[in-house]
Amino acid sequence: MPADTSWSTGADIAAAVSNGAVTALTVTETALTRIAGLNPALGAFTSVTAERARARAKAIDAARGKGDKLGPLAGVPFAVKNLFDVAGLPTLAGSRINRDRAPALHDSPLIGRLEAAGAVLVGALNMGEYAYDFTGENAHDGPSRNPHDLSRMSGGSSGGSGSAVGGGLVPLALGSDTNGSIRVPSSFCGIFGLKPTYGRLTRARTFPFVASLDHLGPFARSTRDLALSYDAMQGPPDDDAACVDRVPEPTAGLLDRGLDGLRIAVAGGYFRQGAFPEALAALDAVARAAGASREIEIPEAQRARAAAYVITTTEGAALHLDRLRTRARDFDPAVRDRLIAGAMVPASLATKAQIFRRWYREQVLALFKDCDAILAPSTPCAAPLIGQQTFVLDGVEMPLRPNIGIYTQPISFIGLPVAAVPVALKPLPIGVQIIAPPWREDIALRIAFALETMGAVAAPRPTDLGR
Amino acid sequence: MAADPLDDMIDAAAAALNLWVAAEWKPAVRANLGVTLKLAALVADFELPDEAEPAPVFRA
Repeated sequence: MPADTSWSTGADIAAAVSNGAVTALTVTETALTRIAGLNPALGAFTSVTAERARARAKAIDAARGKGDKLGPLAGVPFAVKNLFDVAGLPTLAGSRINRDRAPALHDSPLIGRLEAAGAVLVGALNMGEYAYDFTGENAHDGPSRNPHDLSRMSGGSSGGSGSAVGGGLVPLALGSDTNGSIRVPSSFCGIFGLKPTYGRLTRARTFPFVASLDHLGPFARSTRDLALSYDAMQGPPDDDAACVDRVPEPTAGLLDRGLDGLRIAVAGGYFRQGAFPEALAALDAVARAAGASREIEIPEAQRARAAAYVITTTEGAALHLDRLRTRARDFDPAVRDRLIAGAMVPASLATKAQIFRRWYREQVLALFKDCDAILAPSTPCAAPLIGQQTFVLDGVEMPLRPNIGIYTQPISFIGLPVAAVPVALKPLPIGVQIIAPPWREDIALRIAFALETMGAVAAPRPTDLGR
Repeated sequence: MAADPLDDMIDAAAAALNLWVAAEWKPAVRANLGVTLKLAALVADFELPDEAEPAPVFRA
């Protein structure tokens, strides 16, 4: 165990805490010190729960002192996007308006499950307002910044999660993904992310965005940490109507089965159009390492992306309609104007999008008869500059912000599980999606682990950040 | 008569929904509404049988 645990994996920290090589309190203090030192530059955290973290770490050390067996995440610091309820904090969801809410009385169940596995909550993380964002910028708290280049976007909407894990402030964070908000920051910040199957992890006591599309999941710097945290978070639906009551299906013990017997395909057509050279280079490198030579076409992906866009703006508008009536000036203007427009879209068009969704799901599920996983880019480009408004996509200058998610939206639209893996290109990393059939997170994580083991994917340590 | 037909739609919908849209917000609202309606048309133009049902309680 290195003296500085700021770039250690959660699994290594938990092993060291469990065998007494380091105390949970020491690990926690290291994380708190690094947060204090780097957060002013990164803008990742909006609240730091230092006293709670110290108390929790001391309890873990005391349990070890008594001879208790510690959990698989013993002493692992983690933080959550600030749309998760954290007892004692108002659940901001990146907004000014929610600052008026009473502090949450209870934690989100996912926080409780991670703590039950031994993890230590150290704070809440910056995010795009109400999760309607792909940039990681925030009109009220300032941007969360990319740890590899502070002038660049962290990606959104879980920007603080990407920034905190990619910057070595914590080894583990939670975020949400409605259209790409786990996979985009994973790509820009060069880390691993897991968007589980829609309905797998309870969303209870988190602030919603689009009920039809919202997912929660972890960020980490290794596949094993994704698996350990994901396994710890599986459980009953609690109060989430969309969560399916399934028996937990642990994945950590299945990671090292290798690639033998897996049929891995690469998404072509729509998923190669408009990709910048770095996105294609990363995809091709991962495909080569995975032995994936077959290219398949995901049918009507562009229309799927359009339908996701329509459902997002209309359901988001419905969620915020009363706030748009009473507190419109307190929104981030960019979010407000999109939501107002969304409120005005005829219901018939939103219903058409939901009808298309079911049809599209059947078409994509049929593809999995002939393959076990599909590779696709996470983002069309590496992290753009903060404030950048346009980019050239397929030779045409396009608005940047809505198009960052063109490759993630057609996948989350039908709830497929995805492991987002980082390719350590220079000067900036970029991600690739490993897409699996519903409820087969184990396949996506198994492929990610194999790629990580062979060195094809890795979370690069920022060269100029706090070293 | 507004110059852009979407302005009429915005004014009528704002009144029906009891939403206040400041004049300076309208260009961005119009742009967003225009993009959304264009994308919605792409979806709505895709022919599916009458029996195709939406996914209100979606299962992956």
